Amino acid sequence: MIAMRRGAMGLLYAAPALAFVAFFVLYPMLDLFRMSLTNASLLGGSEFIGVKNYVKAAGDATFWHSLAFTCEYTLLITPILIGAGFLLALVAVQPSRLAKLTRAVVFMPVVIGLGSSSLLWVWLFDEQVGLINKLLLDLGLIGQPMVWFADATLGLWAVILSIVWKVVGYGMILMIAGVQSIGVDIFEAAMLDGASYWQRVARITLPLSVRTIALATLVSAIGSMLAFDQFYIMTAGGPKSQTFTSVYWIYQNSFIYFKQGYGATLSILLMAIIFLASSAQLLLMRRGART
Amino acid sequence: MSAAPPFSRGFGLSSRNLRGAGSLRLAMRRAATTPSLYLFGALCVAIMAVMLFPIVMSLMASLKTSVEASASPPHYFPSEISFENYARVFHYQAGLPTYLINSFSVASLTIALCLVLAVPAGYGLACFPIPAKEAVFLILLLSLMAPYQALLTPLHRLFTTLGLANTYLGLAIIHTVLQLPFSVYLMRNSFEAVPKELAEAAVMDGAGSFQTLWRIFLPAALPSLVTLVLFAFIASWNEFIAALIFMNRESGFTVPVMLVGVRQGHFGAVDWGAVQAGVMISIAPCLLIYLLLQKYYVSGFLNGAVK
Repeated sequence: MIAMRRGAMGLLYAAPALAFVAFFVLYPMLDLFRMSLTNASLLGGSEFIGVKNYVKAAGDATFWHSLAFTCEYTLLITPILIGAGFLLALVAVQPSRLAKLTRAVVFMPVVIGLGSSSLLWVWLFDEQVGLINKLLLDLGLIGQPMVWFADATLGLWAVILSIVWKVVGYGMILMIAGVQSIGVDIFEAAMLDGASYWQRVARITLPLSVRTIALATLVSAIGSMLAFDQFYIMTAGGPKSQTFTSVYWIYQNSFIYFKQGYGATLSILLMAIIFLASSAQLLLMRRGART
Repeated sequence: MSAAPPFSRGFGLSSRNLRGAGSLRLAMRRAATTPSLYLFGALCVAIMAVMLFPIVMSLMASLKTSVEASASPPHYFPSEISFENYARVFHYQAGLPTYLINSFSVASLTIALCLVLAVPAGYGLACFPIPAKEAVFLILLLSLMAPYQALLTPLHRLFTTLGLANTYLGLAIIHTVLQLPFSVYLMRNSFEAVPKELAEAAVMDGAGSFQTLWRIFLPAALPSLVTLVLFAFIASWNEFIAALIFMNRESGFTVPVMLVGVRQGHFGAVDWGAVQAGVMISIAPCLLIYLLLQKYYVSGFLNGAVK
C-alpha cells in the first residue's frame, strides 16, 4: 500500500517531463508518419496521397545524391576524428603541465557554436581574403590562391578540416578518460618487460580502449549523418547541388519549397537509415566485445 | 605529484588514477631523455598553435579597419587597432542588443524548462518505486532515438497551430527537446548518488517528499545542477537549424542566424571584418564559461557519454 502510494508519488514527479515528451516528441513523431502520407504544404492544404511521396523519393536523384554525399562525408570524417582524437589523447594524457594545457586548448572549440565556427572557417578558406591561401602561399605549397568552394571535393575537404578542428577535442576527452581507466600496473609490468612506448600503445592502450573508441565512433557517425549547419554556411549545397546533405535536402523541401509532406517522408527515410546503421554498429560492437 | 593538479580534477578522475599517473611519471622520468622531452614540448606547442590559429586570426581580423579586413591579399595582423567592425555589427539591422536579448531570452527559458522538467523527473526516478521505471526512463530519453532535425517539419506544423512559431517559448521548447534526455539522465544519476540515510533522516523529522527534495537532494546535487544549466545554455545559444526555421522574422533572429545575415551583406560584397567581429561576440560567452567553469563542463561531457 505504502509502496504503491510512493510509486504514484514518483510518477507524479515524472509527470511534467512525460507530458512534455508526449506532446513535443511522441506526437510529432506520429504526426511525421501521418504527414509523410499527405501532400501537406507550408502554404496550407493537405490531402492523403498514400505512398506517393515514398515513390517520389525513390526516383529523387538529389535525395539519393544527398544521402550518398552524407555517407561519404561520414565515412571520410569519422576515421580522421577517431584517429586524431586517439593520437591527441596519447599526447594530452601525459602528466605534464604542458600536456594539460594542450588538452584544454584542443577541447576549447567544442564549446563554440557550429554556426560561428563555420562562419570563421568559410572566411579562412575564402579565395580573396582568406588566410589559408595566404598561409599556403607563404609556405610555398601552392603557386596561386585556390578557389575552395567552386569544387565539390575541395569544398568537402574544407568542411571536414573545419569540423575536425571543432570537434576533435570531444573524442580526445573520451579517450583520455578511457586510457586513464586502464590500470597503471599493466603499463609498469610491460615497461619492466622492456616493451617500448609504441609497443605498449599497440598491445595495451589500443586494445583496452576499444569500447571507448566504438562509443566515440557511434556518436560522431550519427552526428555526421545529421550534418547541416556547416554545409548550409560553407558550401550552401553548391556547386550544382553537389554538397546537399540529407538534413539539408529535408530543410530545402520542407521550408524552402514548402513541400512539408515530402519533407516528412524524407525525414522518415533518414531516421530509418540512421537507426539501421547504428543498430548494425551496436551489434558489431557487441560481437567484437565477446570475441 | 603529491596533489592533484587543478586541471585534472575537472576531468572527474579518481585519486587512484592520479596516484597511478604519479608513479608512471616517475618511471617515465627515469626513462625519458632530454631530447625526447624537448620533442614532446615542441609537439604540444605545435598542436596548440594549430588549434589557436583560427580563433586568434579571427580576433585579429575583427580588430582591423574595415578596408584592411577586406584587403586581398590579406595580412595576418592589423596595422592599426580599430573597433569599427564591432560598431558595424552593433548597428546591424535591428541592432546587436536585440539579437543578444533574443538569444539570452531563449537560453534562459530553455534553462528554466530543463530545470522544471528534469529535476522532478530525476527525483522521481531516483527515489521512488515507480512501476515500470526503466520504461518511463526510456520514454524520457525518446528524443535520443528521433533526432530533432527529423522532427522539425511536424513541430513547425504544431507550433503554427499553437501560435508558438516566432516566439521565444517555441524555440526554447525545441531546445528543451534537444537537452532533456541529458538533463534527466544527469539528475537521476546525481540524486541516486545522495546517501539514503540523509533522506531517511529528513523523513523521520517529518519532512514531506518535496521538502526532502528541496532541503536535502538539491543542495547535495548542486554541481550537477550547475552542469545542467551550463549545457542547456550552451546548447541553446549555439543551436542553429531550429532557430533558422522558427525565428524567421528579422527582429526575432538569434545571434548565429543574425551572423549569417551579416555575411550575406549588401549587394554581394561580404563585410568580412563585421562577420569576424560577430563571431568573436557569439563565441565569447561560451569561451568565458569554458574558462571559468571547466570542471563542470568537462565532467558533464564524460558523464553523458561514458556511462
